[in-house]
Amino acid sequence: MIEFILNNKLIKTTQPSGSTMLDFVRYHKQLTGTKIGCREGDCGACTILVASFENGKLIYRNMTSCLMPLTNAQGKHIVTVEGINQAELTPVQQAMVDTNGTQCGFCTIGFVMSLTGFVMNETAIKYEDAIKAIDGNICRCTGYKSIEKAAKILIDKIAERPTNKLSWLVDNKFIPPYFIDIENRLKQINKTAETINQDALPVGGGTDLNVQKHHLVKQSVTNNLFDASHLKGIVVENNEVKIGASVTVTEFAESSITQTIFPNLAKHIKLVSSTPIRNMATLAGNLVNASPIGDMTIFLLALNAQIVFNTQRKIYLKDFYKGYKQLDKSPQELIEQIIFQVPNPTSLFSFEKVCKRTHLDIASVNTACLIQLNDNNTIEDIHLAAGGVAPFPKYLANTILFLKGKELNNDVIKEAINTMQNEVAPISDARGTKEYKLLLLKQLFLAHIENLINIEELV
Amino acid sequence: MNKPFGNIDAPNHVTGKSIYVDDIPVMAGIVHIKIFDATIAHGIIKSLDFTEAEQVEGIVKIFSYKDITGENQIGGIIPDEPLLAENEVHFWGQPILLIAAENEDAAEEAFHKIKIAFEPLPVITNPREAFAKGKLLSPTRKFVLGNTSEAFMQCKYVFEGTTESNGQEHLYLETQGAYAHPTEHNSVRIFSSTQGPTAVQKTVGRVLGVGMNQVEVDVARLGGGFGGKEDQASTYGAMAALVAFVLKRPAKCILHRMEDMRMTGKRNPYSSDFKIGLDEQYKILAYDATFYQNGGAAADLSPAILERTLFHSTNSYHIPNVTATANSCKTNLPPNTAFRGFGGPQGMFVIESAIDFAAKQLNISPTIIQQKNLLKDGDEFPFGQIVGECEAANCWNELVANNQLEKLQADIESFNANNKLVKKGYSLMPICFGISFTNTMLNQARSLVHIYSDGTVGVSTGGVEMGQGLNAKMMQVAAKSLGISTSKIKLETTNTTRVANTSPSAASATADLNGKAVQDACKQINERLFAFIKEELKLNDEAIAFVDDILHINNITTTHNWKELILKAYLKRTSLSAKGHYATPVINFDKTIEKGHPFAYHVYGTALTTVTVDCLRGIYEIDAVKVIHDAGASMNELVDMGQCEGGLVQGIGWMTMEEVVYNEQGKLLSNALSTYKIPDIYAVPKDIDVQFLNTQKDNLAILKSKAVGEPPLMYGIGAYFAIRNAVLAFNPNSNITYNAPITPEKVLMGLYSKK
Ligand SMILES: Cc1cc2nc3c(=O)[nH]c(=O)nc-3n(C[C@H](O)[C@H](O)[C@H](O)COP(=O)(O)OP(=O)(O)OC[C@H]3O[C@@H](n4cnc5c(N)ncnc54)[C@H](O)[C@@H]3O)c2cc1C
Ligand code: FES
Ligand code: FES
Repeated sequence: MIEFILNNKLIKTTQPSGSTMLDFVRYHKQLTGTKIGCREGDCGACTILVASFENGKLIYRNMTSCLMPLTNAQGKHIVTVEGINQAELTPVQQAMVDTNGTQCGFCTIGFVMSLTGFVMNETAIKYEDAIKAIDGNICRCTGYKSIEKAAKILIDKIAERPTNKLSWLVDNKFIPPYFIDIENRLKQINKTAETINQDALPVGGGTDLNVQKHHLVKQSVTNNLFDASHLKGIVVENNEVKIGASVTVTEFAESSITQTIFPNLAKHIKLVSSTPIRNMATLAGNLVNASPIGDMTIFLLALNAQIVFNTQRKIYLKDFYKGYKQLDKSPQELIEQIIFQVPNPTSLFSFEKVCKRTHLDIASVNTACLIQLNDNNTIEDIHLAAGGVAPFPKYLANTILFLKGKELNNDVIKEAINTMQNEVAPISDARGTKEYKLLLLKQLFLAHIENLINIEELV
Repeated sequence: MNKPFGNIDAPNHVTGKSIYVDDIPVMAGIVHIKIFDATIAHGIIKSLDFTEAEQVEGIVKIFSYKDITGENQIGGIIPDEPLLAENEVHFWGQPILLIAAENEDAAEEAFHKIKIAFEPLPVITNPREAFAKGKLLSPTRKFVLGNTSEAFMQCKYVFEGTTESNGQEHLYLETQGAYAHPTEHNSVRIFSSTQGPTAVQKTVGRVLGVGMNQVEVDVARLGGGFGGKEDQASTYGAMAALVAFVLKRPAKCILHRMEDMRMTGKRNPYSSDFKIGLDEQYKILAYDATFYQNGGAAADLSPAILERTLFHSTNSYHIPNVTATANSCKTNLPPNTAFRGFGGPQGMFVIESAIDFAAKQLNISPTIIQQKNLLKDGDEFPFGQIVGECEAANCWNELVANNQLEKLQADIESFNANNKLVKKGYSLMPICFGISFTNTMLNQARSLVHIYSDGTVGVSTGGVEMGQGLNAKMMQVAAKSLGISTSKIKLETTNTTRVANTSPSAASATADLNGKAVQDACKQINERLFAFIKEELKLNDEAIAFVDDILHINNITTTHNWKELILKAYLKRTSLSAKGHYATPVINFDKTIEKGHPFAYHVYGTALTTVTVDCLRGIYEIDAVKVIHDAGASMNELVDMGQCEGGLVQGIGWMTMEEVVYNEQGKLLSNALSTYKIPDIYAVPKDIDVQFLNTQKDNLAILKSKAVGEPPLMYGIGAYFAIRNAVLAFNPNSNITYNAPITPEKVLMGLYSKK
């Protein structure tokens, strides 16, 4: 039995825990405002808001209902467009109408829900935040300019928003009055999904599973890891950053710990999927999915991260990958924690990713690098990883070995590039030819060291 | 007066109340249809066994071509495409069986239990290869003006080259689909996501073997069409109708995105050769182009698309000697089809490439050649129509002046001189697009206007609302024609029993054709209504009209209002309904000589695109697109602006990131949204500035407001050349060819290539 609040109604359902929220709202609750554009998280037509307690506070985030396993709704507030509709249009809806931000309308409620989530988010106030909120929403008709105008109208509207926001949002008709009571109502519902047996299918955010194995998830007993409290949180202990396996990409990006360590974190994370996907995608899911181009995997490889299993076994991430989707992990083993050393403050971390479309796309090649030079311009320490160039996320061990202890100069870099090109074996596919990926890897490596050496002669 | 409004559905769109096919509450006993399709691009079906699949719990029936009650034929222009494959399959994704199931899970299970074996046959994906092997979908077409072979000898400069432009997935957000249920008298009603209700009706009639009067097609709206649902929606309408008709149960066929992508055709890719000749002053004297259109496995609309490529082969330029030859080549891809621009953009890409190539060889800016050869009144198009009311130079000049082109050129040059790893580029893209269906017969439309006794009005047309704002315009036309407020008017669904024999909503002509049909119906009602009013109020020759619901006599307000007079008219037995009809006058085209006057008018415009290329990573941003667009006297600026911006961005997508990839076996690799990318909010130009060239000229446009659906897409071609120019600024020796789209891959390879 899964229990949650859908709009203003308490739901207790015995629908399969791995079935999607999209099918539940559309076909079991006849809430057809939520649309189906792709069923793979890539269009945003199915966007809903999901509220859960984060550090004791009820936070609303947008998610793609097509990928959300029903079990992940346990104890939460799920909001579809029907749940924000009132007698008159909300300011978000009105702004979309006034700017003609809707043409065929099929994408529209996705934008409306994402923008409603944005105005409910206390810390987001800038125009860029509003655009970020809709970065997972695709529109084929408008060319987005009218929607940008709608976002600008909302920025002006929320400028007057006080911190005690919920009642203000209700007073200004952004959301209906029933929202006020949701927090209390949710407190009466169990937060954790029912316990299940050992063989259940581990599910994080479902953003890989529901794309690749939708039918399997639907039919399986699922083990909801997304909300498991022991898999949450980011802490620093003994100069080590310890991250719970189910920490989402959003949580990773919003943590003050990671933001301090990685000054360019926001820029890096902007290249990873979209806001609704980041709200769902867990770090462990990215690691276990073992996609050769997993962004967070490449990111963590360059930090020489370690992973800790529920068996308490602890291995380096670089040793986790054995071949295409082959892992050093027994089926029963679950990742519990990801650990990496706080990088030396004098070191430089860089993450690069190029795809056909810069945002909300899978990399043609991605790569990350942590490099530390000592006073005489010699490479004291380096970790380097690249995706899209091998059957699994590649820790570039040979290149690293070559570079360690060398002086950073043009000749060394040229030779390092040679080593690197021999260490990888990209294949031609829909994301690019092998020649392109080899060239791109070289270019992105140069981008890593752009601020350390004049690369103009090296390109 | 009515305050400006855009799409009239907007309030329902933003609240999720608008109903699309899959949102219609279904009747009890609904059957779900899943298509079993070919997993080979060309081959003989050696064996096919679905007995085990049919045993799966929840399977109602599995349909093969043998279960088709009428003809197994869906070809619109040429009857060359079966609904379900019989012995041979011609493209990967071709439907073979229909699984009709109580629920989707059962259908899915049955799908995997179907056993099929193919004997592979040679696969052709390249149009030139098809041409060499004599595989054409329709006869070669040729437009000739003057004499190119003589003219080339007069030219000081002659250049030859080739170009490639790729296909484009429509990616309407709502996938193809239909919902059908049986009705009395052996009939069927279909709710279809189609741009062509009559096309669905005709196809269903043929497949079921019943008359068109036994097939009712109803369309509320589309979640996007862009040409992809002009012809190809008929397939899914026919599938739903067949299952409903045979099983006597309601049936629904909604494609999953990946099914839609692999089964449906896309914009036709083109491979083309050009030869361009100029005189000393850079006047183009001669142009020779040969187009190899990749039509896919069946004709679909490709022959008509081919024709429009020829009509637009010289874009916005006057060239006195032209030979344009076009071949529609049969390959083993899904039948390619209409897509905004309908072959026009493909033709324009070639002439723009030819001009750019000539300019690069002559070491001058292409804008010099473009500007010198712009069309003007009195020029002759290669198809014989004489240019009139030409706005080409007006658009160009205004754009150049507004944006201080010379300064911009200098700024870009100095930026490029000062930056090694970042380069800027720009381009100008003039357009000239003919409005009308090139098939003259299709330029007709009808409407049905009812005034109810309470004064409210219902308007039906043959046009389909798919986001383009048609219904807003129809409402405006009706309100203006009747002199009443828009709040009294409701636009009905498009239904073949209310408006028959409709032309598809396409060719940008929907508002013109249907708007004029609405005007005609309103005129008829006005005549009867005014006759009644004159009698009632005992008037003679006074001029009477309604203005904002109030009766005016000789331009003076009265105390009589619409509601009151309508009721009185009804009580006095006045007919308050009318059927309107419109057929575009003047236009004609004689295919035997390829000459005539096919277009009611032309739409002009010019776009200035500026881009920045990151030459380290090979990625780019579009900084700005500034446009002067010839909208005539826009009747709805919000709607027209939306069409301009949306069309432009779609064109940019086609030219930059949207890459349809098939492998050599004819399997689609860019088969999902994860591998086929259309512009997202970060990818669009940072600044889009569209200004309308406001004109009040008499033309055949509805209320002088020119058609706007397709033309803006072609501004997007400018992005290709702007990016290419930035690449050349980094590497003048680049071997980059005229091959669109210019993806980050092509950019990076171009930046670091050598001739
Ligand atoms: C539209 C879209 C865009 C995307 N863009 C990107 C992108 O830009 N970059 C990128 O890297 N990825 C991207 N992804 C992929 C995906 O979002 C990430 O890989 C994500 O991190 C997966 O996490 P999840 O929690 O959703 O995994 P799930 O789908 O829930 O699970 C994935 C796998 O991990 C297993 N698993 C989950 N948690 C554990 C655990 N603790 N221990 C053991 N096994 C576990 C599951 O059983 C499953 O096999 C995208 C996906 C979508 C749908
Ligand atoms: S349906 Fe496209 S993101 Fe969910
Ligand atoms: S309005 Fe049609 S997809 Fe956005």
